[in-house]
Amino acid sequence: MNETMHMEMTVNGRVRSLDVAVNHTLLDVLRDDIGLTGTKECCVVGECGACTVLVDGIPMNSCLMLGIEADGAEVLTVEGLAEGGHLNRMQEAFLDTGAAQCGFCIPGQLMSATALLQRNPHPTVADINEALAGNLCRCAGYQQISAAILASVQGAAP
Amino acid sequence: MQSFSYVRPTTVEEAIALLEEHGEGARLLAGGTDLVIELRNRWRKPKIVVDLKRIEELRPSIRQEDARLVITAGTVMADLAADERVRKHFPALVEAADVVGSIQIRNRATLAGNICNGSPAADTAPPLLVYGAEIVVAGKKGRRRVPVDEFIVGPGKVDLGPAELVTAIELPMPTPPIAAAYTRMTRRRGTDLASITLCCGVDANGTTRLAYGSVGPRALLVVDDTGVLADPAASDEDKAPTLARMFAAASPSPKSMRAGPEYRVAMLPVLGARALHTAIERLARSS
Repeated sequence: MNETMHMEMTVNGRVRSLDVAVNHTLLDVLRDDIGLTGTKECCVVGECGACTVLVDGIPMNSCLMLGIEADGAEVLTVEGLAEGGHLNRMQEAFLDTGAAQCGFCIPGQLMSATALLQRNPHPTVADINEALAGNLCRCAGYQQISAAILASVQGAAP
Repeated sequence: MQSFSYVRPTTVEEAIALLEEHGEGARLLAGGTDLVIELRNRWRKPKIVVDLKRIEELRPSIRQEDARLVITAGTVMADLAADERVRKHFPALVEAADVVGSIQIRNRATLAGNICNGSPAADTAPPLLVYGAEIVVAGKKGRRRVPVDEFIVGPGKVDLGPAELVTAIELPMPTPPIAAAYTRMTRRRGTDLASITLCCGVDANGTTRLAYGSVGPRALLVVDDTGVLADPAASDEDKAPTLARMFAAASPSPKSMRAGPEYRVAMLPVLGARALHTAIERLARSS
């Protein structure tokens, strides 16, 4: 029997008050307890970035955090990016440039890119490469991913 | 994941009492970028995980006290790179903190955890050795300060009793100032563990401090007082024999998958000469 603790966190703007097993990662809590399966489980050792979410605005690997560590935090997942039921500008740019191939890494790529644009609204390709170095794409769609991010800030399809 | 209990004390004293109570069954959690993997893989099987992040005293903070910078145990790699004083006085530490894992890791992993984890490849160990950092350890009997060179013992081993924890890492502002540079060798550009970690510092007295890791059970510090290495006028050829002696204690494991021992030994003086050049340049610019 796993020990549980009560916690409260804001996920995509909605307050979630729940009991979590203390040995479950934030990734487990988001996917299994809350049902937000957009965040992906992949390497589970912090190398691939597929599980990236923003915790209090900062990109982190949700597989390397216990869920209970996010008690009191504000968490943004890929499900929170859409605005008014429509994909946001960057998500649209990912579609337009063909950045999403198999798609498995894309939620993590989007979250890292979102964090980048929040602190640096006009990144260079070098800035993008650095900010997304912790997000692997096994389809090797890196060119399209950075093109999509650039296109979304320029507001035009390449 | 395996079962364990979780507790988050709010004071250092409370944390120490928990460590006393549970002994080897307790494991400290700071950033967790190593611990969570160890828990999932059952490399460690603690009965209780003690989360330090609710302890006010350990919250991320870098402050100046007299002639030293005090970096609390909760301070993460990204905080180091963002701090103007660390950038100005300890650039080699910023260079090391900047290459730990990815941004996601650097936002979570603490400097104190990097040292306490005791990895021979810890990126921040060589700059802390060169800058003469001190580790502040809290236990039941109070606080003690340990030079980082004594704190690091061997693979996974540091000078920390079962009921002790690190509260801060202190960097003395050295006089005369040390100009230092950090470099590393990896298999590829981007996120990787280092096959060699290396930091070189020089000062106006002509002392060269060289620290290197990932080529033996722990990161080593060696000092050259002859002035040969720090001499900006001396040629690389003149320096080569002294530099080679600095690396005499390197003993890379033949079992590592990251690089063979011969390659690591051959690359040490190459990286050493590069970091030395940068350190000498930085010293010239600062004076």
